[in-house]
Amino acid sequence: MSASSAFNEEKGGSSSVGEPEYGHDPASGGIFSSDYKRHDDLKEMLDSNKDSLKLEAMKRIVAMIARGKNASDLFPAVVKNVACKNIEVKKLVYVYLVRYAEEQQDLALLSISTFQRGLKDPNQLIRASALRVLSSIRVTIIVPIMMLAIKEAASDMSPYVRKTAAHAIPKLYSLDPEQKDQLIEVIEKLLADKTTLVAGSVVMAFEEVCPERIDLIHKNYRKLCNLLIDVEEWGQVVIINMLTRYARTQFLNPNMNESLLEEGSDKTFYGSDEDEDEEEEEKEKKAEAPMAKRKPYVMDPDHRLLLRNTKPLLQSRNAAVVMAVAQLYFHLAPKVEVGVIAKALVRLLRSHSEVQYVVLQNVATMSIKRRGMFEPYLKSFYIRSTDPTQIKVLKLEVLTNLANETNISTILREFQTYIKSMDKDFVAATIQAIGRCATNIGEVRDTCLNGLVQLLSNRDELVVAESVVVIKKLLQMQPEKHSDIIKHMAKLTDNIQVPMARASILWLIGEYCEHVPKIAPDVLRKMAKSFTNEEDIVKLQIINLAAKLYLTNSKQTKLLTQYVLNLAKYDQNYDIRDRARFIRQLIVPTEKSGALSKYAKKLFLALKPAPVLESPFKDRDHFQLGSLSHLLNAKAGGYQELPDWPEAAPDPSVRNVEVFALLERVTTLTSVPEWTKCSSREKRKEKRVEKPFYSDSEGESGPTESADSESDSASGSEMGSGLEESGSGSESEGSEEGSESEEEEEEDEKDKKKIKKDLKKPVKESESEQSSEEEERKHQRKSDQQKSDSESESDEESDSESSQSESDDSDSEADVKKKKKAAESKPPPKPVKKDTKKEKKEMSLLDLDDFEPAASPQVTPVNSFLSNSLVTDLEGLSLSDAVLSPANISPCSALKSYELLHRIRGEGLSVEYCFSRQPFSPDGNMVAVQMQFTNNATSEAKNLHMEDVKLQSGMRVKEFPEIELLPAGETATAVMGIDFCDSTQAANFQLCTHTRKFFVSIQPPVGELMRPVFLTENEFKKEQGQLMGMNEITEKLTLDAKCRNEHTIVQRVTTAANLSRVPCGSDKECRFAGRTVTSGSLVLATVATKEGGAAQLTVNCEKMVIGTMLVKDVLLALTQ
Amino acid sequence: MIHSLFLINHSGDIFLEKHWKSVISRSVCDYFFEAKEKAAEPENVAPVLQTPHHYLITIYRGKLFFLSVVQTEAPPLFVIEFLHRVADIFQDYFGECSESVIKDNVVTVYELLEEMLDNGFPLATESNVLKEMIRPPTILRSVVNTLTGGSNVGDTLPTGQLSNIPWRRAGVKYTNNEAYFDVIEEIDAIVDKSGTTVCAEIQGVIEACVRLTGMPDLTLSFMNPRLLDDVSFHPCVRFKRWESERALSFIPPDGNFTLMNYHVSSQNLVALPVYVKQSISFFDSGPCGRLDITVGPKQTMGKTVEALMVTIHMPKAVLSANLTATQGSYTYDLATKVLVWDIGKLNPQKLPNLKGSLSLQAGAPKPEDNPSLNIDLKIQQMAISGSLLFIRTF
Repeated sequence: MSASSAFNEEKGGSSSVGEPEYGHDPASGGIFSSDYKRHDDLKEMLDSNKDSLKLEAMKRIVAMIARGKNASDLFPAVVKNVACKNIEVKKLVYVYLVRYAEEQQDLALLSISTFQRGLKDPNQLIRASALRVLSSIRVTIIVPIMMLAIKEAASDMSPYVRKTAAHAIPKLYSLDPEQKDQLIEVIEKLLADKTTLVAGSVVMAFEEVCPERIDLIHKNYRKLCNLLIDVEEWGQVVIINMLTRYARTQFLNPNMNESLLEEGSDKTFYGSDEDEDEEEEEKEKKAEAPMAKRKPYVMDPDHRLLLRNTKPLLQSRNAAVVMAVAQLYFHLAPKVEVGVIAKALVRLLRSHSEVQYVVLQNVATMSIKRRGMFEPYLKSFYIRSTDPTQIKVLKLEVLTNLANETNISTILREFQTYIKSMDKDFVAATIQAIGRCATNIGEVRDTCLNGLVQLLSNRDELVVAESVVVIKKLLQMQPEKHSDIIKHMAKLTDNIQVPMARASILWLIGEYCEHVPKIAPDVLRKMAKSFTNEEDIVKLQIINLAAKLYLTNSKQTKLLTQYVLNLAKYDQNYDIRDRARFIRQLIVPTEKSGALSKYAKKLFLALKPAPVLESPFKDRDHFQLGSLSHLLNAKAGGYQELPDWPEAAPDPSVRNVEVFALLERVTTLTSVPEWTKCSSREKRKEKRVEKPFYSDSEGESGPTESADSESDSASGSEMGSGLEESGSGSESEGSEEGSESEEEEEEDEKDKKKIKKDLKKPVKESESEQSSEEEERKHQRKSDQQKSDSESESDEESDSESSQSESDDSDSEADVKKKKKAAESKPPPKPVKKDTKKEKKEMSLLDLDDFEPAASPQVTPVNSFLSNSLVTDLEGLSLSDAVLSPANISPCSALKSYELLHRIRGEGLSVEYCFSRQPFSPDGNMVAVQMQFTNNATSEAKNLHMEDVKLQSGMRVKEFPEIELLPAGETATAVMGIDFCDSTQAANFQLCTHTRKFFVSIQPPVGELMRPVFLTENEFKKEQGQLMGMNEITEKLTLDAKCRNEHTIVQRVTTAANLSRVPCGSDKECRFAGRTVTSGSLVLATVATKEGGAAQLTVNCEKMVIGTMLVKDVLLALTQ
Repeated sequence: MIHSLFLINHSGDIFLEKHWKSVISRSVCDYFFEAKEKAAEPENVAPVLQTPHHYLITIYRGKLFFLSVVQTEAPPLFVIEFLHRVADIFQDYFGECSESVIKDNVVTVYELLEEMLDNGFPLATESNVLKEMIRPPTILRSVVNTLTGGSNVGDTLPTGQLSNIPWRRAGVKYTNNEAYFDVIEEIDAIVDKSGTTVCAEIQGVIEACVRLTGMPDLTLSFMNPRLLDDVSFHPCVRFKRWESERALSFIPPDGNFTLMNYHVSSQNLVALPVYVKQSISFFDSGPCGRLDITVGPKQTMGKTVEALMVTIHMPKAVLSANLTATQGSYTYDLATKVLVWDIGKLNPQKLPNLKGSLSLQAGAPKPEDNPSLNIDLKIQQMAISGSLLFIRTF
């Protein structure tokens, strides 16, 4: 930690040299160079009245942040400007705030109210940006506020605000994972949203917060599929990746039958396929019994829907979207259809080299499983001399994977050119690739081997060395035939210096010494000579060679071997010494040597299996393609496993539940049997209603596809009753598709007509809608999407016209439509009304906020001496009551005392304090703290007083009068006042005696930051009515068994918080009221009890921080 | 997703950092520097690096590294594509994407980055939307701003983010309505030593500049759409319309944009416009070699070949080149061993030729591999694929 910070400073320091470069900034010219106490001067500028100065200061501060320099000491000066009128200053302050809030949590709280105000702004963009900044401030204490704000925003009128809410969810989750349950509720709500704007963001939130709750997707699955094409590109990626996972859990493997039928026909030469087949065979075995009865695989229409709706996205300009669709097809589509992705992926190879890198990695994995897919594009993987090395190597990998009997000759010719390249790493990779082709394709093994042998005479040593290594592997497969190659290689030992190559040659000669009986001893002789100068790896192989020769041809090599072993005995490397000792014992028979030496020959000259040269990309496809984990071939944090296909499809009806429910509500009149048919139509209508911009390009389309779905449905009807529903559903869909495509043709002709209609339509609709803003947007959208609207309209028409076969149905359908429209037009007005009401309230609240520092008119401190209005006078009168009446209920004995100084730490002096709840007479804005000093020491303490008070800004302290003398064993009390500024920040100070100083701090529970006020029931209700919305916090709780009666509830609440009881007509409710001490904001609490100990706590408070903390405290008090 | 972004210049200085979640120390870049040291060329640094706690995803654009830090699983292409989008936006705003320009406009850059990502997830990446919020700097505006204390931040709130067509802002007005389309086609071919084409493919891109009032809906159709083998579109293009009738139907963004990319299938044999005769040989006897290159036109359909340039990566042993060019000029960079011959216009009557001797390092073995030649050229007013287009406006 310290190291890294040191590094930071150093970096910062070094970059400060280049500082004047920023002088180019027209706004910040000159000043940079002129003075060095920049921060002071920045502070001054920030404090000035001129926006231009502030802006300049902020620009320089942001430039500092950008360079990674620490600007945190400016925090107080910057935060003050959070409410600045100038938009750019404001934006820059936000930037600063988000960057440093985490480090300066306390000060950051000062800015919260600005954002809270922004959350209620009538302009949706301001609401959204307020939420965005608020949720970006990483301060744990405002978690409850964020939660509330998110909840509120999730049901906002504006989809943009809802989108921002979705963005805020992962932020809050990362700040406080305990909020998960509540956040999931919000996610669930937002998932049901029907706008494209929200879809991507909420799925992102889903993936980050609760990817395991796949059940939340069911009801939204079809909607997501249909909206997909209109979602912005980044959202598309996230949704497609999520749907891939979803589909893997919900649908059957489309290839399960095929793999049985064409087993072997499409086999690649890698083991991988066998593995897979085995797996599948296992599955098949399990499924064997039902197999006999099982009809051919029929794809779930929802599965088809997903494939169909994602396909056009292969044409996206965004590589990430293309990749996402490609992986979806790879993981989900039937084998015959996967081919379509190849073309798009090959296209991506013309993009930036980074994109190529990632795409090639994925193509490499795919090409192992489905070689046929990329074969037509073989030439696209040819290497260009300008490619970076890593791309070249990946392309080689793909080429190698694609090699088969038919194309191997072209590939090898290509490889020959590559070997001449100047990029040596690439050449080495090419040679290895040749080796792999040779092992995989028997026909060309000899050709490859010959080619590699030719390379042995290459001038470049690296090439030779790599060839030797590859040849060694190839020879292992059939050594008998190739003794001449081995001889040739033996000669090479004179020239080759690369250790790995030398070692390989020695191993080969040792292994096949029977094939080269004359040469082998000679090689050993040469090696023995140079033994001491060899690398370790070569030395080990020399020992091996010696041992093997000794066993086969001891006559000639006995002496040589002993010489080598002696040399090794004194080698510097212990591995070599060990090996020599071990081998000597094993091969040289002595009296001591045990039974093992009999088997020495078997041990050394056993047949070794030939190495398998396989692709490093083999089996990588157990990671979801396109993911980071796949790229790294290691599980990255937060990676969601791609589940295996289920053996039996889960109930497909979970996805249409919603539709039925909706239908039920809408069509109570229509007869029951029609429901099944309606369902898909209803679904389709849903599409229409929410029809986004380009939906004319939605799902339906080419003849092939509709034919597909028809055939599906045809086979579907063969199936049991279980699938009949979905089958008929897709059938009707299919026929509708037909009519629609016709429409599209007619579209052009109708165009003019439609536009006219459109002009009428918005007018009609605007009557039903009241929110002006929403409407404006709609208008805009209308004009944008004349086409889509008009289409939906004409759709209605043509539906009724073209109802040759189902005339009855279409009638009822029209009915349904109307009803649905009616049903849909109903809900909106409600929120609108609510909203306007809210706005009114908010307006008043806003006013309050504005006046804040100079306490609002209704708010009067207890000890205010002057009151200008009658109202406050009256309140003051009633207050005397309040002080008296709660006295009965909250007895002083209940006061909790806290330890300030323990007697051990205080060397005999112990101090306790309690909040006396008495008004602090010198200053009404202070909380009285009563301190009790006890001297447990044997000697007396003198001059007890406090010093060096450290406070957060705004806080004040009235010190207690000095206690001159506290004799041993005596106790004294004193009262001090602290203005906590309505926050639970601690007041730190030193407690001093004549000899010692002790650091102590007083932190108030939130309940002590208020004082009771007396309100009548009506006043209470009125005030509560004004503190709704964001200012109201409600929690459900179960009361502790001991505190179910009214009396205890009152007692516990008043103990937890300094509130007074408000008289109340109902005995089911207890109400309390108070005001915060400093600002006098009203605090209202209500405990409503229900049967069986259930209860609901409601707190209304202008200060949301206080409100949320109070809820926590009271909850604790009531449940314990 | 994207946690932080560091901009690093060619020499390895971090000159800008931006964090979208909590702050990550810039020491995380050390892993990248390590990898950069190992790789000889900046292009050879792996785009994705794994460190103990983070993943670094890097792109290299305009001699700058855009290094993003990712902490959890995120599709690498997603991040890479986004980083390129960032670079594109810089290019769009400042005319170029270089260190000095970014440093000069550091505040605008920072504001842009702030708007483009929210908590690591892309928020507004359309240049039209961004320009509504943060105006690109112009010389005039910066002068005005310094005088009046104005700012680059838009006064009006951006409405583009709210609409379903985020690429176009509302209320566009022009007195002159105009739309231009540039069709740029590239042939990418590999030719072997003997002069036969190993593979050749044509890629095209249609760049558009549309300045039309209101919400125009355009339709573009091709003479010969069958030629187009594979296409990708700007999001404004309606996919289905393309699939059904092979026409481009779209509401265009305002200003410059790339409408579509296409690929002409390599099955049709592509006629290369030029040929090259080359002979490069090194002698066993002495430390020298000979080079002789001639470029001539092949099938140019009567158009002139321009901006012809030949680049040769020489073997390391080549010390210097003593050549004469009949046309254009040549340079030989000793450090990178790259010979560049800039020819310019190709004159069919008098073929350009480069001839001369190469001197090799004494004692070094004779390089046996033939260096590869890269030939770049441009031909105006010619579409190799032969697909023309028509446009209709509504």
